[in-house]
Amino acid sequence: MTAKETFDRLAAKFPQFPLGYLEGKDTAILVKGENLVGLAQHMRDDEEYDYCSSITGVDYPDRFEVVYHLYSTKKEGGPVILKVHAERENPMLPSVVSIWPTANWQEREVWDLMGIRFSGHPNLTRILMWEGFEGHPLRKDFPGSEDEYIFG
Amino acid sequence: MTQEDTVPPELKRNVFIAPVDWIYNLGRAASVWPVMFGVACCAFEMIVTVTSRFDLARFGMEFLRASPRQSELMIVSGTVTKKMAPQVVRLYDQMPEPKYVLAMGACAISGGPFKDGYNVVPGVDKLLPVNVYVPGCPPRPESLLDAILKLHKQIRAETIRTSPWYRKDADREIPVPEYGPRGLVLPKGDKS
Repeated sequence: MTAKETFDRLAAKFPQFPLGYLEGKDTAILVKGENLVGLAQHMRDDEEYDYCSSITGVDYPDRFEVVYHLYSTKKEGGPVILKVHAERENPMLPSVVSIWPTANWQEREVWDLMGIRFSGHPNLTRILMWEGFEGHPLRKDFPGSEDEYIFG
Repeated sequence: MTQEDTVPPELKRNVFIAPVDWIYNLGRAASVWPVMFGVACCAFEMIVTVTSRFDLARFGMEFLRASPRQSELMIVSGTVTKKMAPQVVRLYDQMPEPKYVLAMGACAISGGPFKDGYNVVPGVDKLLPVNVYVPGCPPRPESLLDAILKLHKQIRAETIRTSPWYRKDADREIPVPEYGPRGLVLPKGDKS
């Protein structure tokens, strides 16, 4: 099944969630933030996409974007790629930890490095940088770190 | 009284007179034990150097010691991240003197391709005094062996009189860096 067919089927099946079709090298489905959890629930229960392999944050000049890669352990093909936009100022998205437990650390990583909050996350703390670190180092406007070393 | 009178003839064939430096350095250079510690992918080249094909034991390094208390050489085999930096310095501080550091690979020398990253120390010589640098990404086991032979040469050239290890005023401890809000910071109340 091609990505376009998958999208058409999902769009017909879930008319309550307005979806966008993003053509490209990796064809993706654009979801609105408020529909994310509802669609994710259907994707897991009805469509058997039971494995969320990766959650990635992207920093664009006008927005942040979070990309979800979904696979199924029960049927072939994939991934189905969901993309969600977040605001540039104080970005916030709903958490999908309740749907896919693998999202827990992935969302923590996106928060740590990109500074996108996930509401409803059970433990949204830094995962790679240490506690007390300021800023989110994978943002384009991260000023760079200032280190003190004993030898120059 | 001549030497003939004092030294019995059977002993004369067995006694060997040499400078203290020479015999002491020979013993030290021939038994440099590295600490078993790998930080990144260069560690695999270090591991294969120990195996029978390259056989690090030929140079008196029988094993990689699993404790810093029993080691003299720290092979920094790979990228030192800022999160790992305090542990690297702490390991070095725990090694007994005399101790040596070998920076293996581009990352340990300068940070390599990750030099400008937010998470990588740009060269382990920012943290520790380095004796030998081995370029490569990763260096082949032959390079590591050559670097170890160069370290042997350095050790044999030391003299007890001028070596920093035996001076009373030697600064023995390297301050362990701490995690700060913008990167690594030196500990408060640093004596240096």
